[in-house]
Amino acid sequence: MTSSKKWLWVLIALAFLVPLLRPVLPDIVSDYRLFLVSTMMIAAIAVLGLNLLTGFNGQISLGHGAFYAVGAYTAAVLMDHLNMPYWATLPAAAIVCFIVGYLFGLPALKLEGHYLALATFALALAVPQILKYKWLEGLTGGVQGIVLNKPEAPFGLPLTEDQWLYYYILVVMVLLYWAAANILNSRSGRAMMAIRDYAIAADTMGIDTALYKTVTFGISAAYTGIAGALSASAIAFVAPDSFNFFLSIKFLIGLVVGGIGSLIGSVVGGIFYVLVDNSAQALSTFVKNDLGLQFDLSAYTVFGILLIVLMYLMPMGIVGGVYYLVQNLRSSMRGGRARQQAAEKQPAAR
Amino acid sequence: MKTNRRTFVGGLGAATMLSGSRVAFAQKKYDDGATDKEIKIGHTNPYSGPASSYGVIGKCEEAYWKSVNDRGGINGRMIKFITLDDGYNPSKTVEMIRQLVEQDKVLCTYNTLGTPTNTAIHKYMNQKKVPMLFLATGASKWGKPKEFPWTMGYQPDYHTEAVIYAKHILANVKDPKIAVLMQNDDYGKDYWEGFKEGMGKEAGRIVKHVTYEVTDPTVDSQTIQMKDSGANVFFNISIPKFAAQSMRKAAEIGWKPVQYLNNVSGQVTTTMKPAGFENVQGVITAAWLKDPTDKQWDNDDEMKAWRVWMEKWMPGANLGDVNYVYAYSVSYLMEQTLKKCGDDLTRENLMKQAANHQKLRVPGLLPGITVSTSPTDFYPVQAVQLQRFKGESWELFGEILSAEAS
Repeated sequence: MTSSKKWLWVLIALAFLVPLLRPVLPDIVSDYRLFLVSTMMIAAIAVLGLNLLTGFNGQISLGHGAFYAVGAYTAAVLMDHLNMPYWATLPAAAIVCFIVGYLFGLPALKLEGHYLALATFALALAVPQILKYKWLEGLTGGVQGIVLNKPEAPFGLPLTEDQWLYYYILVVMVLLYWAAANILNSRSGRAMMAIRDYAIAADTMGIDTALYKTVTFGISAAYTGIAGALSASAIAFVAPDSFNFFLSIKFLIGLVVGGIGSLIGSVVGGIFYVLVDNSAQALSTFVKNDLGLQFDLSAYTVFGILLIVLMYLMPMGIVGGVYYLVQNLRSSMRGGRARQQAAEKQPAAR
Repeated sequence: MKTNRRTFVGGLGAATMLSGSRVAFAQKKYDDGATDKEIKIGHTNPYSGPASSYGVIGKCEEAYWKSVNDRGGINGRMIKFITLDDGYNPSKTVEMIRQLVEQDKVLCTYNTLGTPTNTAIHKYMNQKKVPMLFLATGASKWGKPKEFPWTMGYQPDYHTEAVIYAKHILANVKDPKIAVLMQNDDYGKDYWEGFKEGMGKEAGRIVKHVTYEVTDPTVDSQTIQMKDSGANVFFNISIPKFAAQSMRKAAEIGWKPVQYLNNVSGQVTTTMKPAGFENVQGVITAAWLKDPTDKQWDNDDEMKAWRVWMEKWMPGANLGDVNYVYAYSVSYLMEQTLKKCGDDLTRENLMKQAANHQKLRVPGLLPGITVSTSPTDFYPVQAVQLQRFKGESWELFGEILSAEAS
């Protein structure tokens, strides 16, 4: 435990220090790369939110793209219409999404498993349409969306926009991660997991399952909404087309690939998604142009193949797979020694 | 090895000293993305997602630059065309464009597709001072050289086209009562706003305005509603599938208004034929590109050359898809613009040359339509001509109309 905690601190320290190398190594630590890592962290926060709901509370959601959109639009509308500073929009987005998530969690109580998946699916489909609705058009800008300004480094700090954005998102992610770890480590967290494992048993033990389920829905939506608000700042533009249904699938892929029910897994899943999504395209052009193979593989085909391979090799997700691998290695080392000893005790039977 | 500007200038100095001659060499100037051997051009396009039917544009453009390189490139430089899939998702476009500008270091981008996607990168490109040329969108906001000196559109915008229809209706139809069918998105709204503006004080003559979603199965009920309104003019703002449906339905229920069809659906095989030729006689639309499915261009030299080119570079492609004519024409314009830059391949000069076309003939445009730009005019193709459907093809009539004239 302590060694893994040490590693975590080393990682966080690295994450804080590496961007400062930008003036020294402008080609490696470029603004574009920092921006890419920022989008990874945003994806990680969104996946973390989904993980709280699906991984730790056992409620499936195919519609977290909707909360992401609500968060992004809350931030964008506040910045655009009320000139609110970008950092102040985060709590606002969190509160709005918590309320939306909580309210959606109420009818979701009656739905389980596949039914819940379908209901959330409908939500993901409906939100982009609602954003275009003519009564809301004055607020949301309709199909044209809202163009925003990128946040600049405050107090005259000598940081570029992308460096500053990176730190801003990193701090938010670390805070949210810490909060999630604490929630899960508390009585409430154990109640959440008890509901996931056996709802009736949890009920009998006196856990208010209805309350926990709806509140978890709200917290999960708030996390994803914060990710949406951060993305509005990072991309500096929101439009209904940014929040199509595939976004929700993207979070789900990140969740499954990273590892359901693992906090680290959420971060890995978010990073994985952005990384593979981007390199799949490079890979498909590489196959076509540089290898000269006449396969016109679309980026999504490559992405799909990668996913299938990964799921086959690591059915528990990356974190689960790595954990399993380490355990296996350890036990085989131990097992190997045991077999050796056994072999020494019983000389060849033949 | 990369040759940056400084080492190049140093080398150049040495070379001039050694040879003692001062040839046109001294004119060579480069920004990111251009060297003695290569010019890098970036592009984003939806190859996946809801708008992936436009993917053919990117594929055709890729083939175009291959054919240019096959001919020896532009002024001896090969074109490296990098096209990326954004899935019509604006946040993805931002990611891809930043990759193109900051990692791949392209000289410029051209014909990036989509209104929301281009809106997302509009500010960024102008802050970075990277030319974004000849955009593939019909919105009217891309020609503002004062606020956005690095952005230039390409095609006539929907807004202007709708204004032209409105004026034509007011001038030619006696006592018009107008019904409008509109796709409920940015494209439909652009037309609708333009149409209302063109009607001006006569906007009260629009007696019915119905909409549909692109996911709807049919527009039958909308067509019936329009008939019931007693309208005698039908302005049709819809994509081919719904344009064909509504015109067929109108004929079926015996509604015979004067029909105006938006340019988006002006193709013979995808719209007019499925609607039934007997049902669409006399329909009016505005055009600026030659429709490859229209028989009147069968012996046209430009279109013949285009077909030969397509056979060689896009074997197996559907020759009836007007998107290929579109991609060919805009790529031709890009090639001419780069040619004009000569050896001064800076971003500034590229913009200067793009804004300096005088009556340039671009293959694929209708006869008489040319490309003209200036430092204050960032709308390359501005003219359209009205045409009326007769028999099995379109018949051009009247003069070439441009935005200023309308």
